[in-house]
Amino acid sequence: MATDLRLDEPSLPVPAPNLWQAVRPSSLGRGLLAGAVLAWFAILILVPSLALARQVFLGGLKPFLQAVARPEVQRAFGMSLGITALATVVNTVFGIGLALVLTRQRFWGRALVDGVVDLPFAISPIVAGLMLVVLYGPEGWLGRWLEPHGVRVVYAIPGMILATMFVTVPFVVRELVPVLRELGEEYEQAAHTLGAGRWRTFWSVTLPSIRWGVAYGVTLTVARSLGEFGAVLVVSGNVIGHTQTATLYIQEGVESFHPEGAYAASLVLAAISFILLVGMDFIRKHLEGGRENRP
Amino acid sequence: MTIASSSSTGVFRSTETRSKPDPVAGRSWLTTQAATKESTVAIEVRNLSKRYGTFQAIKDVSFEVIAGQLVALLGPSGSGKSTILRIIAGLEVADTGGVLLTGEDATRLSVQERGVGFVFQHYALFRHMTVRNNIAFGLKVRKLPKSEIRARVDELLELVQLTGYAGRYPSQLSGGQRQRVALARALAPRPKVLLLDEPFGALDAKVRDELRVWLRKLHDEVHVTSLFVTHDQREAFEVADQFIVLNAGKVQQVGPPQSLYLRPSSPFVAQFLGQVNILPLETIQLGSRSEAPFPSSLPGLALQSDAQIYVRPHDLEVQRERNGRPCWGARVERITPLGGVVRMELSIKGDHRIQLELISDPSLDLNFAPGDTVFVTPRHMNVFDAKSHTFHPVVLGHEIEARA
Repeated sequence: MATDLRLDEPSLPVPAPNLWQAVRPSSLGRGLLAGAVLAWFAILILVPSLALARQVFLGGLKPFLQAVARPEVQRAFGMSLGITALATVVNTVFGIGLALVLTRQRFWGRALVDGVVDLPFAISPIVAGLMLVVLYGPEGWLGRWLEPHGVRVVYAIPGMILATMFVTVPFVVRELVPVLRELGEEYEQAAHTLGAGRWRTFWSVTLPSIRWGVAYGVTLTVARSLGEFGAVLVVSGNVIGHTQTATLYIQEGVESFHPEGAYAASLVLAAISFILLVGMDFIRKHLEGGRENRP
Repeated sequence: MTIASSSSTGVFRSTETRSKPDPVAGRSWLTTQAATKESTVAIEVRNLSKRYGTFQAIKDVSFEVIAGQLVALLGPSGSGKSTILRIIAGLEVADTGGVLLTGEDATRLSVQERGVGFVFQHYALFRHMTVRNNIAFGLKVRKLPKSEIRARVDELLELVQLTGYAGRYPSQLSGGQRQRVALARALAPRPKVLLLDEPFGALDAKVRDELRVWLRKLHDEVHVTSLFVTHDQREAFEVADQFIVLNAGKVQQVGPPQSLYLRPSSPFVAQFLGQVNILPLETIQLGSRSEAPFPSSLPGLALQSDAQIYVRPHDLEVQRERNGRPCWGARVERITPLGGVVRMELSIKGDHRIQLELISDPSLDLNFAPGDTVFVTPRHMNVFDAKSHTFHPVVLGHEIEARA
């Protein structure tokens, strides 16, 4: 985002006689830099977004609403939202727990766990999906035992949830580890000396202190879960109306040459992303504000 | 060399001499030790040791804190004072040793069960809670009735003089106000003992001065047994009833502040509690040619040649002329006016630098200049015998003054 770029850093004080000469070239340079950045930003992000919006609304609002109202679109979004909700809840609970363990406890192998948490960031989602197929597939290591008992993981909803969880594990943890580290243990120790047990301390002291960090991690998780495509594609089987998420629906629409629905769904996804982005910005301001006025 | 122990020529008399009355320990402010023997012990620490990796943080630490006292755990950074405090609170576990709180073994109790109040250097106020909720936290945990919590919080707000601030958040308070809230929060559940870890460390000088005077007053009202950690000896003097001086993880000396100041048990304590000049006894004595050797003798003492004199800057008197009292000849090297006092740097026998402080009184002739020859008399000093590792307090005898 443009606001992240430090274009408005105060210039160094310049001796008075050289003021005109010294300031003029630097302000010109800064103007050029700002122009270049904005142009790049426009070409990369703004123009494609506008192109999509233009494409969708070419025939007016009505075709868009019709496309969105299609049952398979509705079901795909329902599927996406459901998977996202589940993956987010599980990853938030697990992420808070893992972040607490990583920052508050010392144990053998902590550095290893700390590193492995980031694996989903580094690994291609397709590879992640493939891992799940190998593990839970009908011929898979665990799948071989699960399938006969009627538990279907791959090419079904559980696999899609697992895949989404896999790729979004790092978000909450990564966001909370530095927040918890900066918070320190004193607040929790203060609560302990006042008689509060671990559980009470967590709910009354720790969680409220890290709530904006949690919110940021959750937002990132939601955004990534909704947009996840590769890993889910591999494990879903892409059965229309059954194991089709919004992103899979878009892909299918584009490939089968009836792209109107795909465009409409894309725009809805983009709109959700935009709302999440605004939310993130709001949360981040609180995060930074909270850090500044630490009591 | 040794110093003759004949008392006939006694210029000074040693207060270590058992048969004679002790003019130092006999002072009124030093008598608390005897009185406290019958009092109850609120905190007892037995043979605590703790090691972090290869670093021995504390080693075989034992002491007692009498109920109702305000005691300073005093030492330089890294001396293990915070570690001891945290072990007493249950925030850290000692490798060996035990902790007794109001007579009960608390070694194996959890932090929550110990019932101690703890005040952190950086306040550790819950920033998402108002002042009222911060103070009420320990009471809510104990599930007290709402009306009771309200009354107790109001009472504490009044005690820490923050009655109008109940609805504020910690970020809306000054440092001094935050620390007072932290204190109120720690006191709210009526702890058995109050532990304060460098409570004024994060405050600026002026607020710190005000707050420690205020803490002393508060303690006189509340009387909760308090142990507070500090590295600042001035702060400790201003606030504490008793000192526990630590160095390198070991207890150096325990006792009333003034007694430790006047009668330190080790060079560390002597140097840590205020400024002190250290002079080799031998050089001082042998160097005097025309003057009588000074100190000529210390009754009852057989000192080694490597004995040292410890004398505080304010225990030295300075004159222009020899006036019959025992003295050292010295040269003025430097004069620094410091407002209420004037600091003089003198050299004795060329290379022994000493500092002394004089009250700047316009009626006195203090117009010394660098290069002047002066005569210095110590009113009170300690002679340290390295071999027996003991201090021998020495005061200028009245009979000598009379003879002059």
